[in-house]
Amino acid sequence: MTIKKFSPEELLALDKFAVDEGTPHILVDKSYCAKCAGKPCLLACPARCYRLKDGEVSFEYAGCLECGTCRVICKDGGVTSWNYPRATFGVTFRCS
Amino acid sequence: MANDNEDKFDVIVVGAGPAGSACAYTLAKAGRNVLLLERGNSAGSKNVSGGRLYTYALELVEQGLYERAPLQRKIVREQIMLLGAESAMTVDYFNPAFGAQSGGAEPSTKVPQSFSVVRASLDEWFAGEAEAAGATVVPGMLVDGLIEENGKIVGIKLGDEEMRADLVVAADGVNSLLGQKAGLFPDASSHAVGVGVKETIELPDSIINQRFGVSDQEGAARVAIGCTEGISGGAFLYTNKGSVSLGIVFNPEQAGKQKRHIQDIFQDFKMHPAIQALIEGGTSVEYGAHLVPETGYDGIPKRLYRDGFLVVGDAAQFGINTGLIIRGMDLAIVSGLAAAKAALKSTSPAECGAEYMRQLDELLLIANQKAYRNFHHIFEIGRIFQGYPELANDALQFLFTVDGKVPTPMLKGLLNTVRKHASYGQLAADGWKAFRAL
Repeated sequence: MTIKKFSPEELLALDKFAVDEGTPHILVDKSYCAKCAGKPCLLACPARCYRLKDGEVSFEYAGCLECGTCRVICKDGGVTSWNYPRATFGVTFRCS
Repeated sequence: MANDNEDKFDVIVVGAGPAGSACAYTLAKAGRNVLLLERGNSAGSKNVSGGRLYTYALELVEQGLYERAPLQRKIVREQIMLLGAESAMTVDYFNPAFGAQSGGAEPSTKVPQSFSVVRASLDEWFAGEAEAAGATVVPGMLVDGLIEENGKIVGIKLGDEEMRADLVVAADGVNSLLGQKAGLFPDASSHAVGVGVKETIELPDSIINQRFGVSDQEGAARVAIGCTEGISGGAFLYTNKGSVSLGIVFNPEQAGKQKRHIQDIFQDFKMHPAIQALIEGGTSVEYGAHLVPETGYDGIPKRLYRDGFLVVGDAAQFGINTGLIIRGMDLAIVSGLAAAKAALKSTSPAECGAEYMRQLDELLLIANQKAYRNFHHIFEIGRIFQGYPELANDALQFLFTVDGKVPTPMLKGLLNTVRKHASYGQLAADGWKAFRAL
């Protein structure tokens, strides 16, 4: 493989995840997101867990890199609960 | 501090990063009953850093400890890169003394100043050292709460289970949920952190050596500006053994107000002709992200302890970023050591906090943080991240261009270049701001 510009999916495909199905470690209340003018999460989440779909913020925790960016930039209450995934779940970095 | 109760630890350390392991290692070596808990399946598996470690910190823990560590390359080339749209200006400072090749009369001068590191191996090694010294190390354990009795922290909660100790050391990282639960500080604030993204790219050592002008054991550390589309932030590149770490740290607040996603800005940076040439032929093997404490001394919470509880490392927001020097892991190790020394010196948990602060002073951590106290204000000068790198590239283009036409007189040409990017008023204002920050 050679160096190329990766899509968001290609970037996350490099990583190893153990998704805790049915137990999101971050909870998002979209009614707050609807009222949020800036929606900084859409641009600043390194894993692009937050995306705009049909004009609404959708959140997918499966590819979360557990960095905490949404925790610090969400000011309008959209992120109602931020925790780490339960033990043994989430991302596993092997060479970072 | 030591206790005879079998069901209770002397100290529970939460988080097996450099801070936690330094603390657990020091305590275990002194014979204390220490429990080191890590939420990842192995120490380091949840951690990302640029990755350079300043060696003095390991030396403070124990002389010669670094020789056992799985360090990557000793950094002998310090490089600064200013990127234009397609061009780049690079300052390359080579100093073999940083690699301690020149030797010296005192043994301490023979220690290389810094090494590139990969956290998965570094952290796993350090936790292993703590375990070998006698600490109980348990990975795969997420601490989700603290036990509080009579205003004191007396242990931690793991689901339904409780574990007790005289002292709980929170080494749970930049998003310290435990520090927050202990009431030491409110939610992290977005102006106080940077968000870093990074790709680890495998490359044969022979190619790394050629491209960076280093030998097998030596490496280069590079910082770059002009690659963030004007967002406060900068890039880094570290050479490891068999790989390079390439990434950018952004101010998340500014990033959230831009038009493009930070991933796209990062990928464009990777494909910049001057960067691509360094990594061509490589294989990307991992993509990581992490927050970085960015406001130095001003970002450190006013309270780092309460009865029975201390915060260390990133959890205490220790960090120094001068643009050239980026420090976090060394401060983490020093603070972990300070916490251990405080626990060893104190006769009761109530004394630990004040003793910890004394140790932080004694080990010069606070003085280091204070020395760069105003530095982060430099990063409020927006032109540093786009206008000035472009100016530098345009000026060099002017100086190096030969096309047979009548050249613009040197001074006029340079002044024209400057004016294209900033007015004299802006230059004066930025200069004044920089002067005050230094």
